[in-house]
Amino acid sequence: MPRIPGSSTRRNAELGLLLFAMVIVAIFAATVEASQLDTLTSSFWVPPALLGILFVGLHFVVRFTAAHADPILIPTVALINGLGVAFLRRLDLGRAIVLKEPIPGVFGGTGGKQLMWTLLALILASVLLLVVRDHKVVSRYAYTLGLIGIVLVMLPAVLPASISEINGARLWIKVGGVSIQPGEFAKLALVSFFAYYLVRKREVLSLASRRFLGIDFPRGRDLGPVVTVWLLSLLVLVFEKDLGTALLYFGLFVVTLYVATERASWLIIGLVMFFGGVYVAYLLGASVGGPFANFYDRASVWLDPFNSEFYYREFGSSFQLVQGLLGLGTGGMFGTGPGSGSPLLVPEVRTDFIFAGMGEEIGLFGLSALLICYLLIVERGLRAALGVRDSFGKLVAGGLAFTLGLQVFVILGGITGLIPLTGQTTPFLSAGGSSLMANWLLVAMLLRISDAARRPATGGPAAQPTGPKQPPVQLHGAMTEVIKP
Amino acid sequence: MNAPLRKAGVVILVLFGLLFANLNWVQAYKADDYRTSDYNGRVQVAEYEVPRGVIEAGKQPLAQSKATDGALKYLRVYPEKELYAPVIGYKPVNIGEVGIERSENDFLSGASDKLLADRISAMFTGEQPGGGNVVLSLIPKAQEVAWKQLTKNKSGATKGSAVAIDPRTGAIQAMVSMPSFDPNPLASHDNKAATAAYNELDKDKDKPLLNRATSENYPPGSVMKVIMASLALKNGYQQDTAIPASASYTAPGAGKPIKNAAPSVCPEAQVTLKQALTESCNTGFARLGVKLGGDKVKQEAQEWGFEQDDLSIGNLKGGGLPVAASRMGEMQNPDGSTDQAALAQSSIGQNEVRMTSVLGAMMAATVANGGQQMRPHLVKQLLSADRRAIYNANPETLRTPISDDVASDLKDMMVSVVENGTGTQARIDGFEVGGKTGTAENGEGEDPHGWFIGFAFDDKGQPVSAVCVMMERVPAAHGSSEAARIGGLIMKAAAGGGGD
Repeated sequence: MPRIPGSSTRRNAELGLLLFAMVIVAIFAATVEASQLDTLTSSFWVPPALLGILFVGLHFVVRFTAAHADPILIPTVALINGLGVAFLRRLDLGRAIVLKEPIPGVFGGTGGKQLMWTLLALILASVLLLVVRDHKVVSRYAYTLGLIGIVLVMLPAVLPASISEINGARLWIKVGGVSIQPGEFAKLALVSFFAYYLVRKREVLSLASRRFLGIDFPRGRDLGPVVTVWLLSLLVLVFEKDLGTALLYFGLFVVTLYVATERASWLIIGLVMFFGGVYVAYLLGASVGGPFANFYDRASVWLDPFNSEFYYREFGSSFQLVQGLLGLGTGGMFGTGPGSGSPLLVPEVRTDFIFAGMGEEIGLFGLSALLICYLLIVERGLRAALGVRDSFGKLVAGGLAFTLGLQVFVILGGITGLIPLTGQTTPFLSAGGSSLMANWLLVAMLLRISDAARRPATGGPAAQPTGPKQPPVQLHGAMTEVIKP
Repeated sequence: MNAPLRKAGVVILVLFGLLFANLNWVQAYKADDYRTSDYNGRVQVAEYEVPRGVIEAGKQPLAQSKATDGALKYLRVYPEKELYAPVIGYKPVNIGEVGIERSENDFLSGASDKLLADRISAMFTGEQPGGGNVVLSLIPKAQEVAWKQLTKNKSGATKGSAVAIDPRTGAIQAMVSMPSFDPNPLASHDNKAATAAYNELDKDKDKPLLNRATSENYPPGSVMKVIMASLALKNGYQQDTAIPASASYTAPGAGKPIKNAAPSVCPEAQVTLKQALTESCNTGFARLGVKLGGDKVKQEAQEWGFEQDDLSIGNLKGGGLPVAASRMGEMQNPDGSTDQAALAQSSIGQNEVRMTSVLGAMMAATVANGGQQMRPHLVKQLLSADRRAIYNANPETLRTPISDDVASDLKDMMVSVVENGTGTQARIDGFEVGGKTGTAENGEGEDPHGWFIGFAFDDKGQPVSAVCVMMERVPAAHGSSEAARIGGLIMKAAAGGGGD
């Protein structure tokens, strides 16, 4: 029986899901206009259609460069990305109406900008897929990437505050009218470096160790470079006052270490260090103040946001958190419907608090669906890690997927009052080019690795040479160190 | 490496499970709390979508809503500023409302069940009906006179209150509290300015936010003698029954003698009951109280409305301005027997006796109304947005402390107070006026409070108004006669006899 091209790779399913996602985005956009403008303009369908074309473009790039890639990833990410664009457009409309300004065009306002960023992000992702045909190639540049990662993280800290500071956090580079957040990209570079280094050292790390308090500690020289890079980035982030990102890198480091060494002790050490650090910072904030006061404020605001003392104070107020919660509560189970809520009452609703803004309009059911989409992306990423046969790929995919999940948890947990609030973007949803581009690059990397994972041992576009079964491809240049007593 | 990867997957599942559970907590369990939170601007925006109803009295708007350009579409304005503020209260944006604005909030905002029909018809017509209107029983002329005379009193008092009631219906004709406040800044849409205005008023040591007519009680002094006279009449005394008096009286066990206001007041050994009231004879009523006993005195005060904790003045179906209870206080020795000294003091409205201005006016009204105490109310009518009457106050009797005969005797005696006694300042042309003054000691070295309660009958013999005027810590002497003068003018205005 002749094989239908694309049937085993599930690319057609991907295309179908993608179009389905765009239909949802179009319905969202139509509902927004109906309730905000009391009419449907002739152009409500333009952003969803354009997005559809862009995503289908990426779909074709995948079809030709990574035919076996996971078919779930692009449609789910596209759905979130599309809803983000549509919701930002909704905020533009609401703002224009309140300020009695003309309604921005399809390419105007934050929504239009986000559309442009999506285009750019998809181009970057396509380039990555076209250039990097085998994810193992990345390991060749591991040290370079590690260095780039550090530089990206450090850059805003060394630049003058005038071009790097927004709202007290020094995370940006503002050039002209555009501000980019280099740290977003550092995630990818650092994961690659950690993965490469840990794969090379994993045997040493798991075997050559000193036992202390029942926990195996590796020798300093084995762990040195990783710890150095990691500590550097943490220090810089603390200096830049971005605790959320610092937390992400911490999680990233601990998890890759755990996966590489297969030792649960790393998780325990990590968690103890983390919670111990947090508690000490809280105590220091309460007694000493100074650099820890900011953290103490956040923690106390989190514990009792509705306290009027916290609500009405000028700095470190719980105003934003409370307004976010009130928005979510007002939405309730079913939401007010797209375009019918008052998300503009929530500060920073375009960026950090976009989830609260959407929550008012799509309700608990809508947000749960969104949450499941994120979960799908993360678990599909982990599945790629499970499936891929080389250690480097496993660590990169696992690290990236876990970091993405952790980021979603940190920001959504902060907004919903589950954990103290730290400023983070909501991946694919928040307004902002850096986050969108970096996260699409992340998805492209996952696509690449999932392609390797799902590719049949024989056949397929990048077929193995025929003949006897090849030994598993060894990581480039990766030698296992011999342990010398 | 697959085992730890799988575990990482489980960790993510757990984290997302936590997110999901917390989202349920926020959006399902706590949703109503958040939706209606005072911090929630959406509540306010929705509340200000339709115009809040008008509060009016005598065709005069006292609180109304003005359209604005802002996010909150209507601004609450109070054209009469401080004049009605203690009664109407105010409707602030950021915190709860106060006064009639509070008790009739549902009706004014249009959320009341009484306006259900309006809301249903609005669903079909597509028009927002707005809130209902509240018509108060206040008579603007009487209110203005009360405020003007109280604030410009000749005794130099800076705090006080006045209440006028229609004795036949219980409708409040005037209610002022001094000092007062301008509610307009409190209703400002600028939250910061509104909070600042509130904080300033709240911190003011003169407590302008207080409605002194309803929420404060003070020693009533000689006003208490009306209740003592009633008690005597019920116990077989007549107006002309001779009761023991004298220049000075020391109750059994008392350290200090009770004296009269002046040596010329009832120095004789015996005076008639009527004379005792007319001249406000302290020794006579103190002896009377001791003779009749503490239980009877307490009982009598209670029959007149003392010790009532749940009185409120609004509409007769419930709600309104809560009225503080008036108290007789303790008159007992530790062993349970009556403390004669305290009883003697309490019988002339001293010791621990405390009375509100509202009850003072109700007492005078009871006498004027033949013994029936009508339930006081402020809300005369509730009108829908298109001014259909939804509720009309239907006067009801609250209690009947005295019979018609006792009422008639008390009326005669109180008229005598105004004709020949301490209350002559209250006289008004063309009306038969009765009343009782009171000067209440208020602790060592403090200026006394000046009281007057009274009533007026028109030329047809109908009781048209009853009043209570109370001035705190009157520096000049004769505070009570100034209170009587103001009381007379208020009643004249309430009866339609013009002001000033």
